[in-house]
Amino acid sequence: MTEIDRRTADVVVVGAGLAGLTAAIRLAEAGLRVVTVAKGLGSIRLSPATIDILGYGPDLVHEPARELQGFLSAHPGHPYSLVSPVQLAASVQWLKEHTDGTAYVGDPDANMLLPTALGVPRPSAVVPETMAAGDIRKSRSVAVAGFSVLKDFQPDLAAENLQAAAAALGFGMTVRPLHLNTRVNGEADVSSLALARRLEDTAFRNAVAAELTAGLRDEDAVGLPAVLGLDQAASVWSDLQAMVGRPVFEIPTVPPSAPGMRLAKVLQDRLRHAGGRLVLGSEVVGAEVQGGQLAGVRVKTAARQLAWMCRWVVLATGGFASGGLAVDLSGAVSETALGLPVSGPPPDEPLFLPRYLDEHPMGSVGLKVDPLLRPLAYDGEPVHPNLYAAGAVIGGARPAREKSGDGISLSTGYLAAGIILQEAG
Amino acid sequence: MTTTWEAAELIRGSLDHCVKCTICESACPVAAVTPLFPGPKYVGPQAERFRTHEPSVDASLDYCSSCGICTLVCPQGVHVAEINSQARQKMKSQRGISLRDQLISRTPVQGKLGTPIAPLANAVLANKVARLITEYVIGIHRNAPVPKFAGRTFQRWARRRPASATAGTDKVVYFHGCSTNYFEPGLGEKTVAVLEHNGFSVVIPPQECCGLPLQSNGIFDTGRSYVRRLVRNLAPYARQGYKIVATSTSCGLMLKREAIEILGVDDNDLRLVSEHTYDICEFLADLDAAGRLRTDFGPVPMTVTYHAPCQQQGHNIGKPALDLFDLIPELKVVELDRACCGIAGTYGLKREKYEIAMKVGSGLFSDIRGAHPDAAVCDSETCRWQITHGTGATSVHPVEILHRAYGLA
Repeated sequence: MTEIDRRTADVVVVGAGLAGLTAAIRLAEAGLRVVTVAKGLGSIRLSPATIDILGYGPDLVHEPARELQGFLSAHPGHPYSLVSPVQLAASVQWLKEHTDGTAYVGDPDANMLLPTALGVPRPSAVVPETMAAGDIRKSRSVAVAGFSVLKDFQPDLAAENLQAAAAALGFGMTVRPLHLNTRVNGEADVSSLALARRLEDTAFRNAVAAELTAGLRDEDAVGLPAVLGLDQAASVWSDLQAMVGRPVFEIPTVPPSAPGMRLAKVLQDRLRHAGGRLVLGSEVVGAEVQGGQLAGVRVKTAARQLAWMCRWVVLATGGFASGGLAVDLSGAVSETALGLPVSGPPPDEPLFLPRYLDEHPMGSVGLKVDPLLRPLAYDGEPVHPNLYAAGAVIGGARPAREKSGDGISLSTGYLAAGIILQEAG
Repeated sequence: MTTTWEAAELIRGSLDHCVKCTICESACPVAAVTPLFPGPKYVGPQAERFRTHEPSVDASLDYCSSCGICTLVCPQGVHVAEINSQARQKMKSQRGISLRDQLISRTPVQGKLGTPIAPLANAVLANKVARLITEYVIGIHRNAPVPKFAGRTFQRWARRRPASATAGTDKVVYFHGCSTNYFEPGLGEKTVAVLEHNGFSVVIPPQECCGLPLQSNGIFDTGRSYVRRLVRNLAPYARQGYKIVATSTSCGLMLKREAIEILGVDDNDLRLVSEHTYDICEFLADLDAAGRLRTDFGPVPMTVTYHAPCQQQGHNIGKPALDLFDLIPELKVVELDRACCGIAGTYGLKREKYEIAMKVGSGLFSDIRGAHPDAAVCDSETCRWQITHGTGATSVHPVEILHRAYGLA
């Protein structure tokens, strides 16, 4: 073809994860024409949907908002240094206001300690209300119930580990495993997704509640794998709670993640209602540059390329796990969408340390950005004046270790939109 | 029987990118409603590892509807739907293809037989006893939404149409597909009017089926010969640089991508046609972006829902119909966000799959009913028939709305 296809928008957001959707929704709600292009659905669907702000720094963090300052002085260049405490709090407030139907509780002032499926207490600041009763700081005696048909969640393992871990942290609590034998469609092995859909059925839910009630003793609360419904999660959870007569909490499992699907749906619905567009299967393959400005991004379509022309671009493609960054066999790292310069440790330092669980320098590789979130070239100048980065593509953090990824994505996505809105006037 | 090296490499090579994240499982509309289909990851990237010498380890593969959503949502670029379509073809070629699947996948044969006897054919298709017999003998569900023969063909109209006053010198080629030819010739006439209103001279070459229904039913050899024959008719225009616009979004996607990726047709003419093929709304939205679309739209005081069908999403072009609707005064558009209507071409016609298809579509149907639209807009014909079947609502192609807004009626 001689001429490339072109369409127009005010803003193109690349990536449909937490950072991308947050930026896109804010911009669309402000009246800008927003097109979000993404290679596929974002990783929200794989996540437990909690907003972890800062869990370890490297010691267990109890009060993220207060402890962040000290953490940042020990971690210069961390993405949180781009976000003020006020902006961080505002982004959390924004999320709460945009997640009706998946109500969030908690704030950056304090971490809850929620059990994982392995029974490890995980520091999370802002969590779906369906998980909050699992906070071991407040529990005395809980039952952890699993479904025999769901092999991904083993209540004995979770209960034993949780009791030991809570004790090690100074929280005395007893945890008792409970086995539910309710069958699903007569099958012996179902996914968390199938179970979540099944629990939206009243008769099935009643049967589960009856089995739970029969097995419970005097526990204060009961934990279940996070399979309490999809579209109707709020009522599934409150209904179950009413039937067993005590708080019920969800414990995240391996993907598919029902809480992640709920959050992704709520945000995608928000974007659509605000008039924003989401185009999937749309891998970015190049840039349209005009006089230094990023005039648009080129994406692959079914048969050609299409240039989405725009005034601003938000790059929210994620880190290595989401494909925003890639490393080849020689160890060279690249930013996959636009080929932007990537920063990491100095060339003479190793990217990987000897042991698997070491704090590998590779984990903090990513884009270097200015205070306006604009990716920087090696000369220290913004690559384009109208290109902004958000989320895990920004380097300088070790999200898996710090438990900081959700907070970074939410706050930088929120901030990127704010910067563009200011420019738009 | 073999696919080309390039297509095979493309498809199977993408398998290695699967990280088993389950995003496709979470988005699959079929697995959500029936335990008979365990999900795209299970029958695709997982089972494919065992299909090196055996065609398939699991017959549940046949319950995949080929809607393509798994490929669309995959963040790693795995061609899940294409892997599954190829695996199903191998499985069906080993087990044999039923008479039913042979019949429903040959639209031109149906069209040529039904058109001259349209009143009779339509009466038979509307007759409960006849449909019951068809269900038992052939396996097409008694309630499945089958279209009505128009009794005339669009090709015949095209050959006899009068010269247009507005047609300009820029040429555009119209690929109308079988449904416009045999079932909805009015849509073709309106498409020509809309294009001519925008100053195009519309070329309508002789054309037959693109082979998509054959592909969906695992009949790849005949499907390849169908698409090659169509491409022979279209390639001369592509060679001259003309764009080819399609109103049947799934058939357009067949030319753009599926014939290459699924059937593995390796043909320079096909590649040329693929690069020049546009969905009609894509073509018009591109015109608008270039400032070349006529925007003399009059008010259309209607409420319409818009459902972008799975195959339209497969073009990766967004929802250009909505951008066009934004230009029409007084038109109220409710954008729906349901994955699939269930029909998936011929899937929902089949006796053993009809109920599944209706369950897949139930969310869409209730959204449409709840919106009380004057029309339910959708780019794909089989989806429109399914939507009308599931809701009772009139379902139209976006071109119908544009045609009305231009005052061309």
